[in-house]
Amino acid sequence: MWRRSASFVLEKRQLAQAYPPHQQILLSSDDMEPNNLPNPNPNTDHGISAYYQTRAEHHAVVTSDWLAQAQAAVTRNAAMPEVLAKIAATGGSRAAGSGKAFSVIDEFNYWRKKPDLAEAVAAIMALAAFIRSSEAATMMELEIELKKASDTLKSWDTTSISLSAGCDLFMRYVTRTSALEYEDFNAAKLRLIERGEKFGEISLKARRTIAMLGQDFVFDGSTILVHGYSRVVLEVLKLAASNRKMFRVLCTEGRPDRTGLRFSNELAQLGVPVKLLIDSAVAYTMDEVDMVFVGADGVVESGGIINMMGTYQIALVAHCMNKPVYVAAESYKFARLYPLDQKDLAPAIRPIEFGVPIPSGVEVERNARDYTPPQYLTLLFTDLGVLTPSVVSDELIQLYL
Amino acid sequence: MDLRRLPRTVIDPKVRQVGFFTSGDPPSARFNSNPADTTAATAATSATAAAISSSSPNSDINLAGNSLSPVMIPPLRRMSPRRCDDMQMPIGSYNPSESVLGTSPSRRGINGPDFSEVATSAWLGISGSMKAAASFPGSSGEMMMAGKNGGNALVKNMDSTALAVKTLPGVTEKDGGTLTDMKNDGAGTVRHQKQTTTRAERRAIQEAQRASKAAAMMDEKDGGTLTDIKNEGAGTVRHQKQTTTKAERRAIQEAQRASKAVAMMDGKGGKSIASTGGGAPSISNQEKVLKQSQKKDGPQDTGAASEKKVSRNPDKDRKKDIPQPRMQFDDKNRVEKAKRRAVVNQFEARNRVELFRHLPQYEHGPQLPYLESKFFHLDHIHPSVYKVGLQYLSGTITGGNARCQEMLLAFREAIIDYSTPPEKVLVRDLTSKIGSYVSFLIECRPLSVSMGNAIRFLKNRVAKLHRNLSESEAKSRLISDVDRFINEKIIVADQIIVQHAVTKIRDGDVLLIYGYSTVVEMILLHAHEQGKQFRVVVVDSRPKLEGKILLRKLVMKGLSCTYTHINAISYVMHEVKCVVLGASAILSNGTVFSRVGTACIAMVAHAFRVPVLICCEAYKFHERVQLDSICSNELGNPDVISNVPGKEDVNHLANWADHKNLQLLNLFYDATPSDYVSMIVTEHGMVPPTSVPVIVREYGKDQFIF
Repeated sequence: MWRRSASFVLEKRQLAQAYPPHQQILLSSDDMEPNNLPNPNPNTDHGISAYYQTRAEHHAVVTSDWLAQAQAAVTRNAAMPEVLAKIAATGGSRAAGSGKAFSVIDEFNYWRKKPDLAEAVAAIMALAAFIRSSEAATMMELEIELKKASDTLKSWDTTSISLSAGCDLFMRYVTRTSALEYEDFNAAKLRLIERGEKFGEISLKARRTIAMLGQDFVFDGSTILVHGYSRVVLEVLKLAASNRKMFRVLCTEGRPDRTGLRFSNELAQLGVPVKLLIDSAVAYTMDEVDMVFVGADGVVESGGIINMMGTYQIALVAHCMNKPVYVAAESYKFARLYPLDQKDLAPAIRPIEFGVPIPSGVEVERNARDYTPPQYLTLLFTDLGVLTPSVVSDELIQLYL
Repeated sequence: MDLRRLPRTVIDPKVRQVGFFTSGDPPSARFNSNPADTTAATAATSATAAAISSSSPNSDINLAGNSLSPVMIPPLRRMSPRRCDDMQMPIGSYNPSESVLGTSPSRRGINGPDFSEVATSAWLGISGSMKAAASFPGSSGEMMMAGKNGGNALVKNMDSTALAVKTLPGVTEKDGGTLTDMKNDGAGTVRHQKQTTTRAERRAIQEAQRASKAAAMMDEKDGGTLTDIKNEGAGTVRHQKQTTTKAERRAIQEAQRASKAVAMMDGKGGKSIASTGGGAPSISNQEKVLKQSQKKDGPQDTGAASEKKVSRNPDKDRKKDIPQPRMQFDDKNRVEKAKRRAVVNQFEARNRVELFRHLPQYEHGPQLPYLESKFFHLDHIHPSVYKVGLQYLSGTITGGNARCQEMLLAFREAIIDYSTPPEKVLVRDLTSKIGSYVSFLIECRPLSVSMGNAIRFLKNRVAKLHRNLSESEAKSRLISDVDRFINEKIIVADQIIVQHAVTKIRDGDVLLIYGYSTVVEMILLHAHEQGKQFRVVVVDSRPKLEGKILLRKLVMKGLSCTYTHINAISYVMHEVKCVVLGASAILSNGTVFSRVGTACIAMVAHAFRVPVLICCEAYKFHERVQLDSICSNELGNPDVISNVPGKEDVNHLANWADHKNLQLLNLFYDATPSDYVSMIVTEHGMVPPTSVPVIVREYGKDQFIF
């Protein structure tokens, strides 16, 4: 199988050299862009998942400002230290500027606006900043305040798994230290800040680590099926491409966000041969696929993942045809959830455009994600290493011990 | 052996590379993990970091050491080198030990002894003396010097392997010295393993190495020990020629002596300085021993097979780990012996079931009146224990939790009434007393896993009592321990399980339950109190018909129920949303040991894609692995399945015992494979069945010695 696709790749390369690839110009459909609300918490209005709005803002459709962001993303390896440096800077200036009225939500929104930062990392940054600016005088008070802040963040968007998981993990990681036994409050607080920053750093670097681990699994001449727009998966493929691996990628269209369009555009710019599929063509193309790569909104206790709608059926088809399914997910997405079936989760509602008016009396399934049970996954690439699904629970148990 | 080792050496560093890996680094490190490790070691500047990182090559050595034993004995996870590596990973697991690397003082304090414990006990006999050297993370530079010099000597003496040559020049720092030393040692060990074939010999070599190294360390303090141990080391090999078992015994002695020496060293801390001069001769001596052993390879081959069993447990610690073999009732000698000791007179059943001859199969009925008549003659058994035993026998107390709780309460009574006889020690006497109670209870009815765990907890508590405690103090401590166990592990655990499980019950659900589990009952009642609208299908089976008791309780509370027998399971299953079951025990491969019929329910549910929830307290988890329900089970009275009370017309088997060709099988339990279980609800949360060993490992270690 892969031999054939290797020759295919070579052929494609030659073709591409003969005819320079014309820049795919995608329609800039501003109507697809969910209304850019100034309201910090839009989900109270329409019951639409704020998580998906953030995602849409970050990378739903191709617009002009998105192209600018993409530009930034290409040079973001250079931007990373800058982000890191900013953490320290903001600690002093921002907290001092806002004075007493330090709001976690504001801080969170500040970080959330950054296109590269995942929501959970934004929350982690916000919480770390919160500790720094807190004026609590005792450890107990600080802990209670921190708990409150994390609760407000979590209630900001209840549908986002990674947000609540990130907050929980931060709380566990930061507060579970022997620092609390220190006599001196300031020393203890410093220790908390230190741990908070370390956690933030880990989270920031997570994607890079995963890319390093994951790119080894991409072998020359492989065909990879990708579903959804996952920044981690993109990072893995980018690194693999920069290591001169020859592979081609099949992207699903990813209705209704058309995430596949954007993903394929990114890859095409890297010079990786890409093919777009409609979502229903997965089984049709599965026999030429060597592996399936997906990201995850959340990784649950069973080792299964919660991801964009359609992941489950792709995993089922891949399992049927004995193709490996790899999941790339940062460890801050590990959540203490255990869905028994698809309906055992709070749905994340998002608007779906069909282009034509929906006949009256017809319901629309508007949930944005599904649950893929662990038996259909092969491996998880995380910043803790390459894990089998059953290890997820191991890590979670150890963490919440 | 090589086959086993190879894939792991390939895979392990792969995962571990997380920390040191840079994008420019070629993946060539895959096949030889050593270069990566050396760079890591040289990069690390502080002595502590070096010490920790240097334990990573140990993993390779350990693997080699492990392959010595016929069965791969995985190293204890807590002390495993992988964990050490985790600690070093800059980007890595969140696990708590990561904070150890930092400045937190308390954790470090705990960790120190931990490591030395590794050296003295757990690792004993697995890897060579290099462990001992590695186990002083930040102690004295002198010691490391000694190690380094020793390593050099070793390299010089040995016809150096390629590995040794390759690694040596790369490392010049003092800290790295330890690393090379161990590596060389490891290389040596591995090499010798290939050459030698006899297992005992290999072990003996290691013992000798260790002993001589320990001697080298002790050298400064006591010259006599050195020679002593030297002789011992040489003697080990010599004796092997005569009798293999003797050599084994000697090896055990060696191990103990070495551990003692190391312990003494440990106690002294960094004070004792091992001179380099002492190191060299001892190692040359060791070399001699090795050569001797190599010469003797040939004739020793024959003894290898007979030694297999013995060589597995040369040190006491591991002996403890291996569970006692279960009483096999088809073993005539042991049954005879047990009978002589027994309190209860039992008569073997006439038509025993062939496949289950290894399980106790006695006539049911006559024991109870017999025991009742003997009540006043059995002095050595406390009346409350006696009462509980009779209740087990008559079946008044059933159910895992109830049995365990009653047993503990009976022991509690016994402890209250206990007074140490003159010229005896409380710890010893009480342990044997409890032991005799337990054997009495076993005669009444075989123990369940939960009771076994509770007994283990209690015995462990008794053994851990401080010698200086007064009797009343010791007793009150034990009593509070028992109370704590009952409260934490059973009562509170149940409450937490209920809280977890209730979240999985939604409005409009149809739940299927089977048999009678107190936890399941609590869950259903709690969900009903919360106002959830759901229906329950109660599935029952002959001969116990426990479902009826539960059904009665549920209906009285106003739940809407359906009652059916297990025969109709495939019919009712398609409307069921979720199956909720209890368990008698959960084994570490995820197998659920529960009332007979549970496996059937779970399999049908799996076929219908209905999730199966098992609700079980964590104290019922066991580290044993079981694949079927045959090798460990309990047989009930066969009469109850042959007779249907109140229906004379179907009692065709009334005098079944007269038929020689009829065997009636009344099994109590069956084993449900983990594939059919979707989730296990414990007090530690909802976990997949693959996480049972994690819970046994993480929570078991501080409670009982699992």
